[in-house]
Amino acid sequence: MKAFLPFLAVIFLVLLVIVGVKAASLYFLFGVIVPYAALLTFLAGVVYRAVKWGRTPVPFHIPTTCGQQKTLPWIKQSKIENPSTTGGVVVRMLLEVFLFRSLFRNLKTEMHEGPKLTYGSDKWLWLAGLSFHWSFLIILVRHLRFFTQNVPGVVQIVGSLDSFLQIGLPLLYITDVIFLAAVAYLFIRRVAIQPVKYISLAADYFPLFLLLAIGCSGVLMRYFLKVDVVSVKMFTMSLVSLRPRIVPGVGTLFYVHLFLVSTLFAYFPWSKLMHMGGVFLSPTRNLANNSRMKRHVNPWNYPVKVHTYEEYEDDFRAKMKMAGVPVEKE
Amino acid sequence: MFCWGAKAKSLNAVGFPNARDWNPTEEDWKLPENWQEIFLEGMRERLSKYRSFRLFMDICVRCGACADKCHFFIGTGDPKNMPVLRAELLRSVYRRYFTKAGKMFGKLAGARDLDLKVLKELWYYAFQCTECRRCSVFCPYGIDTAEITIIVRELLNLLGLNIQWTMGPVADCYMKGNHLGIEPHTMVNIFETMCDDIETLTGIKITPSFNRKGAEILFVTPSGDFFADPGTYTCMGYLMLFHELGLDYTWSTYAAEGGNFGFFTSNEMAKRLNSKIYAEAKRLGVKWILGGECGHMWRVMNQYMDTWNGPADFLEVPKSPVTGTVFENARSTRMTHIIEFTADLIRHGKLKLDPRRNDHLKVTFHDSCNTSRAMGIFEEPRYVIKSVCNHFYEMPDGTTREQTFCCGSGSGFNAGENMELRLRGGLPRANAVKYVRDKYDVNMLANICAIDRAALTTSMNYWNPGMGVTGVHELVANALIMTGEKKRETNMRGDPLDMPVEEPEAEAGAAAPADKAAGGKANV
Repeated sequence: MKAFLPFLAVIFLVLLVIVGVKAASLYFLFGVIVPYAALLTFLAGVVYRAVKWGRTPVPFHIPTTCGQQKTLPWIKQSKIENPSTTGGVVVRMLLEVFLFRSLFRNLKTEMHEGPKLTYGSDKWLWLAGLSFHWSFLIILVRHLRFFTQNVPGVVQIVGSLDSFLQIGLPLLYITDVIFLAAVAYLFIRRVAIQPVKYISLAADYFPLFLLLAIGCSGVLMRYFLKVDVVSVKMFTMSLVSLRPRIVPGVGTLFYVHLFLVSTLFAYFPWSKLMHMGGVFLSPTRNLANNSRMKRHVNPWNYPVKVHTYEEYEDDFRAKMKMAGVPVEKE
Repeated sequence: MFCWGAKAKSLNAVGFPNARDWNPTEEDWKLPENWQEIFLEGMRERLSKYRSFRLFMDICVRCGACADKCHFFIGTGDPKNMPVLRAELLRSVYRRYFTKAGKMFGKLAGARDLDLKVLKELWYYAFQCTECRRCSVFCPYGIDTAEITIIVRELLNLLGLNIQWTMGPVADCYMKGNHLGIEPHTMVNIFETMCDDIETLTGIKITPSFNRKGAEILFVTPSGDFFADPGTYTCMGYLMLFHELGLDYTWSTYAAEGGNFGFFTSNEMAKRLNSKIYAEAKRLGVKWILGGECGHMWRVMNQYMDTWNGPADFLEVPKSPVTGTVFENARSTRMTHIIEFTADLIRHGKLKLDPRRNDHLKVTFHDSCNTSRAMGIFEEPRYVIKSVCNHFYEMPDGTTREQTFCCGSGSGFNAGENMELRLRGGLPRANAVKYVRDKYDVNMLANICAIDRAALTTSMNYWNPGMGVTGVHELVANALIMTGEKKRETNMRGDPLDMPVEEPEAEAGAAAPADKAAGGKANV
């Protein structure tokens, strides 16, 4: 059920745009209004969420330390896993964001007869996660050729590197294969690994189906139905130049692809996909372990009721004197 | 598997709301009329005060990397003990009342109404998390279940729903200065007894001072260290070490607690208890503070104390009077960990040590959760142990350092009625100990945490009978050659030393300290 409804939702979205374009000829709605609205929702939403997080204070200094602290000079500090400086934090964050450092630690815990516990390396999630995110990023960069009149050199280089295998015509992009495989793996593990299935919500399946549908529609357009790229670019450039106009001949499948991408953009800020922004703000990762060296200030720190020494001595003066413990008042 | 509910008496002692006697096994928890409102309002307030809380409610993608990292999930197999799901218990309430999707789509969006069943579930699982932070090491976004559990416990606390094993010590610590409710004259008595034992062992008479103004150093350690074995041996170790160094230090009966069970109820309560340490340091006019072996105590000292109750500008940056080393890493809190202090002493050759006195021990080291994942003390204790013991063996990778496992009873769970949960949660640690026992004949589990010393003793008795548990400074005291001491016949526990016989003068009558080593201690 948790997987089925999101699956239906994506099917519904696909049918909606096909009917909308083919039967009702709502080209302007699906080609112009929806993409613009989605982009605006994305930008406004991401800013809104990031600002909301950013304005929430960090009252305590709570990094999770994963290596030796800075201590006596002859003990080697783990400067990245347990950073005490901003430089160390930056490197730690870069490793986290670009290489998924924490996920790389993943272990598989298994219980055997005895009981006997074993901990094996388990990098599949890390590999699939990293493959998915990087291939998605490269695909996005490649798509910039549709949104720039003179395609920047970087984009061209990325494109040619991505197709260096020189298979087929149009040339096969490696990232297309990796993207679909990785997303498929991320889906399969959600249904095949029992604990992961148990924790999965509709909100976990929906983005996966959406990404699969986006990938499939893209692959169909490029490799199988061979969409008219010149028309597509004329259309996308009209969007970029804010003089949108409908270009005939781009095909229904293109509208499907565009609509699904729009859905992803509009959905993004209100969903778990915001982990992309959130990871940068995570206080267990982006703070240096230097709270004994430098005082961390809590903006809402307030005075509290304490049991003072005077009150304590009043309670125990006789007993303290009896035991020879010095007192303030005789 | 649960601990008994907090009693009205203890809650009233610190002015907590909705104090009443209640029983978790009964249907009626005697909740206040408007409990939902209190809970949700408390949540709203904390969402605006803690970025960690808001962020961790929002960004989990449920990848499941944390699932099999939790000792309670491993030990119980209960899916709600997967860290992600423990957090989802509250996240579902968050969605229902604080997000549009949850308000609109309800269950489909993974949202739940806050009803009595949900509240009871939150209570049950908030007290099946020891806030050890192992999951946060593996989480790709650093989501720390401890942060969520801390908040859930605060919210439950608003409704008077705490556990007595935590609340009793909190009330005692507030009024009497330590978790165990030891009053000043009793504390002095206990130390006299420990010093008598030391005299029997070494022939040296030690007279520690209490609440002494003008001392250079205030020493603070968890009260568990002077309450029960095997913690007391570690405490005797401190006394012997400081005596041998001629350290100008004092104990305090007012700030007689290094640990902070307030931390397991609410941040405010933790701050109220913690305030005593700086207040006492100021009153006594000491220069800096030295802290004993403890886990969560050091999470508080490292990550919270200065923020709550600092700046400690009336103190000086800690400087070892023996070696002259300035502890730069504590230049703001002005509080140094004893393992840093002792490692520095040994490095400078300031201690005369005979590691052979620990030859009857094959030692492994348990990294405590908080000193590992909220501080990063890894090499100091290993350096000290290797300096005072000849036989040291590491537990397998994946179970030590930042990936260490909780003892199973951290964060205020050491209650007798909670035994099944504690033993189940203790399994991963115990299993790694068993590995080195089977492979290297390890018979002593060293650690730098008072809760470990109590909890692991129980856990080892069940999982690995015969395995001893010790603080590192007990090992130091065994090896420490004190000026003018008599020949040691036994170790700190009164067990005969397994040493090459040099002077064969058998003193059958040399009374060992009474047989304190009863119950699961190694006796090789």
